[in-house]
Amino acid sequence: MSGQTLYDKLWDSHLVKQRDDGTALIYIDRQLIHEVTSPQAFEGLRLTGRKPWRADANLATPDHNIPTTKAERSRGLEGIVDPVSRIQVRTLADNCREYGITELDMNDIRQGIVHVVGPEQGATLPGMTIVCGDSHTSTHGALGALAHGIGTSEVEHVLATQCLMQKKMKNMLIRVDGKLNPGVTAKDIVLAIIGEIGTAGGTGYTIEFGGDVIRSLSMEGRMTICNMAIEAGARAGLIAVDQTTIDYIRGRPMAPQGDMFSRAAEFWKTLVSDVDAHFDRVVVLDAADIIPQVTWGTSPEMVAPVTGFVPDPDLEKDSSRADNIRQALKYMGLKPGTAIKDIKLDVVFIGSCTNSRIEDLRAAAAVVKGRKVASSIELAMVVPGSGLVKQQAEAEGLDKIFIEAGLEWREPGCSMCLAMNADQLPAGKHCASTSNRNFEGRQGFGGRTHLVSPAMAAAAAIHGHFVDVRDILLDTARS
Amino acid sequence: MKAFTVHTGLAMPLDRANVDTDFIIPKQFLKSIKRSGFGVNLFDEHRYLDKGEPDSVNSQRPLNKDFVLNQPRYQGASVLLARENFGCGSSREHAPWALDDFGFRVVIAPSYADIFFNNCFKNGILPIVLDKNLVDQLFKEVNAAEGYTLTVNLLAQSITRPDGSVIHFEVDAFRKHCLLNGLDDIGLTLEDAAAIRAFENQWREKSPWYFRSA
Repeated sequence: MSGQTLYDKLWDSHLVKQRDDGTALIYIDRQLIHEVTSPQAFEGLRLTGRKPWRADANLATPDHNIPTTKAERSRGLEGIVDPVSRIQVRTLADNCREYGITELDMNDIRQGIVHVVGPEQGATLPGMTIVCGDSHTSTHGALGALAHGIGTSEVEHVLATQCLMQKKMKNMLIRVDGKLNPGVTAKDIVLAIIGEIGTAGGTGYTIEFGGDVIRSLSMEGRMTICNMAIEAGARAGLIAVDQTTIDYIRGRPMAPQGDMFSRAAEFWKTLVSDVDAHFDRVVVLDAADIIPQVTWGTSPEMVAPVTGFVPDPDLEKDSSRADNIRQALKYMGLKPGTAIKDIKLDVVFIGSCTNSRIEDLRAAAAVVKGRKVASSIELAMVVPGSGLVKQQAEAEGLDKIFIEAGLEWREPGCSMCLAMNADQLPAGKHCASTSNRNFEGRQGFGGRTHLVSPAMAAAAAIHGHFVDVRDILLDTARS
Repeated sequence: MKAFTVHTGLAMPLDRANVDTDFIIPKQFLKSIKRSGFGVNLFDEHRYLDKGEPDSVNSQRPLNKDFVLNQPRYQGASVLLARENFGCGSSREHAPWALDDFGFRVVIAPSYADIFFNNCFKNGILPIVLDKNLVDQLFKEVNAAEGYTLTVNLLAQSITRPDGSVIHFEVDAFRKHCLLNGLDDIGLTLEDAAAIRAFENQWREKSPWYFRSA
């Protein structure tokens, strides 16, 4: 018999009950809650007279539609101008109070994007099962936790029962071997992976990311990779626990401390796939082939290297794929054969649960330092992932670098990644964005999104069009 | 949850791959704290020519006459024929809520995104997976014949076409059982409360670090 994958181990250790028909009851260790997908779940509890099974397994913070301007934030809940958003943020606070759930509210320094906050607080731990009514819950798999997004009915289910009805997924391994080229980041790796397997390539699977390149990434880089597993169709992404993981968790407020930490760490070190584990599918990428990536279309799989070109649908043999390209180019206002570097930009957004952590901000700041945002750029904004990320960035003087270069420095939240608040990409405008989805209308009605790494977004802000950030980094190194 | 047994309805083709949940219901409508009322904003960015807001008077908005949902022949449709990877992207359950509120009871596609697929079953919508070639064929038939109606029988796992021919489909046994009977998932899980408690106790004993308060 072959060994177990990391996913097999996490599944088995949380199995409450297996039914003959293949469905299983899985115990959930942690639920993260935000304002958009939880009100109807709490309402469900109220209507049925049910109580949370384990209130202390839940952690809430508002992120999706809270404002990011200082003016609105400084006045607290009452400062939220949009009355509908205000009701939703208040409803979260009311529900958490009523049911005894810890909430990091909008003026708590620890507030932020739920997928930044979880790991930062140590609320996300290796070996846990973690859910949230948000598809980017896959982020937490970077710590060796089984984490995935759920719908609101399941949010209610987990609140009421601490369990989920699940069917086991298949196992996929994506290995990135070799050595990463300088100037190439986790974001470029995951975009290249999605370009390779497609947006539905991971459907029905849990993807474990492995190989030398993944091992060499920091925890924040690993979070960027797992964050976008869902853009490849996989609800959950995973990375095995190693010393990098353990070192990251040590000392975090909600993580175990002292002797209990040592005991936990011993256990966490077992959270790796066995050498003889069986994967249903294995995909191998050579890091040498990966250079900075830019999406040109309306799906994350519509991606090209920065040195590449917008594809020509007439050269595509598969007719439905050709139709998809035509549809995307029409929406994006791009002509076939256009060089990626010739795509002009109007807006730059640095933020989101994919790329708003301190290392992302450092990478962007390193590019813009001593430079100015191009005059053709109408808005360039940096939205830190949490209050603590913001505080750290300010301690390092990154805010000043951004502001001097002409970028706006905002308060933490999801912001223009999904544009539920006032931060919206205007129709027809092209945006270099460090977020995760370039769907039609995602960043604003009619807005045109190009997904890139923080360094690439920063470089685009300076030049007003896409450039190969490796050239800039070379210049910086020389000067 | 409402039960699903047999449904007969007009089919509407949505000829587009990778329809994401932002396409199904745009984010500005997610600010609602209710479960109902999303139907008028189903496919909002394609159905109307302007940008909709939660307080828009939808009856006064300009319609995109070219969009399939607005074509006279598909008025009253309740079976949605779709392409690959339907429902990808955001986990928002507002997507099936909007489909349901509009009146769609069945979706037929070659494949779905996992979270959306799961969310459908929680809301009495039956998402059916059929072979790509068969879906292709259904698209041709719907386009060719006005008033193309399908009868979907969950118990028999069958789709009956206008000419009387029958297509068989697969469905997970547990989900079928829940949908046929309109069962409350939570009530069902709570029948296993003792097993959950027992699991929890041994897990707490073994891994106390997961039981510190958030």
